[in-house]
Amino acid sequence: MLSTFEKLGIPLKEQEALAGVAVDAVFDSISVATTYKEKLAEVGVIFCPMSEAVANHPELVKKYLGSVVPYSDNFFATLNSAVFSDGSFVYVPEGVRCPMELSTYFRINAAKTGQFERTLIVAEKGSYVSYLEGCTAPMRDENQLHAAVVELVAMDDAEIKYSTVQNWYPGDKDGKGGIYNFVTKRGACRGRNSKISWTQVETGSAITWKYPSCILQGDNSVGEFYSVATTSNHQQADTGTKMIHIGKNTRSTIISKGISAGQSQNTYRGLVKILGGAANARNYTQCDSLLLGDRCGAHTVPYIESRNRTAHVEHEATTSKISEDQLFYCNQRGLSQEDAVSTSARKSSRNCRSSLPLRPRN
Amino acid sequence: MPNLLEIQNLHVTVEDKEILRGLTLTVPAGEAHAVMGPNGSGKSTLAHVLAGRPGYEVTKGDIRFRGKNLLEMAPEVRAREGVFLGLQYPVEIPGVSNMYFLKAALNALRTHRGEQELDAVEFLKIAREKATLLEIDENLLQRGVNVGFSGGEKKRNEIFQMALLDPTLAVLDETDSGLDIDALKVVANGINALRSPERAILMITHYQRLLEYIVPDKVHVLSDGQIVETGGKELALELEKTGYATFEKKRAPDVAASAPAQSA
Repeated sequence: MLSTFEKLGIPLKEQEALAGVAVDAVFDSISVATTYKEKLAEVGVIFCPMSEAVANHPELVKKYLGSVVPYSDNFFATLNSAVFSDGSFVYVPEGVRCPMELSTYFRINAAKTGQFERTLIVAEKGSYVSYLEGCTAPMRDENQLHAAVVELVAMDDAEIKYSTVQNWYPGDKDGKGGIYNFVTKRGACRGRNSKISWTQVETGSAITWKYPSCILQGDNSVGEFYSVATTSNHQQADTGTKMIHIGKNTRSTIISKGISAGQSQNTYRGLVKILGGAANARNYTQCDSLLLGDRCGAHTVPYIESRNRTAHVEHEATTSKISEDQLFYCNQRGLSQEDAVSTSARKSSRNCRSSLPLRPRN
Repeated sequence: MPNLLEIQNLHVTVEDKEILRGLTLTVPAGEAHAVMGPNGSGKSTLAHVLAGRPGYEVTKGDIRFRGKNLLEMAPEVRAREGVFLGLQYPVEIPGVSNMYFLKAALNALRTHRGEQELDAVEFLKIAREKATLLEIDENLLQRGVNVGFSGGEKKRNEIFQMALLDPTLAVLDETDSGLDIDALKVVANGINALRSPERAILMITHYQRLLEYIVPDKVHVLSDGQIVETGGKELALELEKTGYATFEKKRAPDVAASAPAQSA
């Protein structure tokens, strides 16, 4: 298995290119290697496969697992809760700033199989952790299911930054095969002044349903969601976030960029919910869509529910289009599709990419 | 002279209709060739296939550019390798200035060749030089790509881009269409100035008019998806007199079986 990772150019050996980043590799739902464990243990950070966490830290797992995403949450969360075999576990104790980026690399390798990993990150009072997950899968004609659950818990003054680079196999150009990416991701800002930030770059999967959300329970807590989703051929991406404002002075920011090409469909679906007690809650949402050609679609479905008169909720959305003729013209002058898009929509994905801890390598 | 472009038995289908049916054509470096033919003979299809436009499906045959398999390259790679297509109908890109677009394009080419990217000042210097050649007003450089350009300005802008990007193979699709005689002269002068021993130019045209100003080394007649006749520049004049009808009879009886032999 390790040699597969080497072939893919994903270094697990600590001395290699990804120095300074601790990596856990999950292969068909089984964690195969976790690096930098000792160094992290020196400062008290636990970073290990979920299976080890269950054996070595049962009190933490029992306390937090399922506390953000209950097994009854939705069909795929139930499925995951029933069958998950492994995943990553992170625990950052009080006052500790995790000294390095943590990273999990997921890969679906076997045919006709699903991946059901479970990730749990707990940041105690005043701690900080930044975590990156990457995903790939080889090409297969059959569809495969990825139904993961990610739970984040941030206590008083803690901050969790969670980044995803998702490049699961999207199927071929006729829409055959590919991964169904049905993932439940949710973070709870339980403590005062806590912060959870989701950043995602979604390029793969045949179908994505994914709404990394924040429950802003603690007063003054902050939720952020930055997303770039690109779809082509027959891909469908339905993604967005839920920001549930419960505590006072809670703030959330949503920046979503969608780029659709081919016959793909790209949807932003989001909910901003301000509960009665969330005095002075603030939300700012911006959704920008770019259409390449005339057979793809971009959809924006924002829900806003406010039960508090002192709340401020803003929503901004733009849609622009590059025709196939314009794209070909750019290509003919030597510009790649990416160059053409960035030339035409220069502001596009910049602020999301700068939020990522590492720039994704192709 | 080595052949810069070699097309062998090319069959191309557009929306399930076969347009090119065994086209064979070679263009050596340093030469300017004209491809002439009636409407619907496949002239523009040939131009677009060379540039790799999506929707043109090659079902059979081979295209070599400087010995490399052109059909395996993405459109932008072909452009970076030195294939330029001057479009019959240049596309407008609102919101992107001509200068910004061309600087990005030139730098993409330079990066591909392992050269340093040009900064704005260096680029402007080169751009001004080439703009003078084609009598292009500097205002046009600041406007959106082709936005609000007259037909003649668009065509001049195409040749201006060609001058700037310095391609090895320039395919010019109906560059003369929609030009008045003064504009035609300016464009023709621009193209003539770009003739060089390293470069090949393939002019696709309906009328002989352009060839009075840009004298071709060879003229090919395209009819019903095949080259049916190849000759010197006098062939264009003959066509002007007699029309295409005489050549249409020369088509090989079974087009799929073999392409007509070429002397070029």
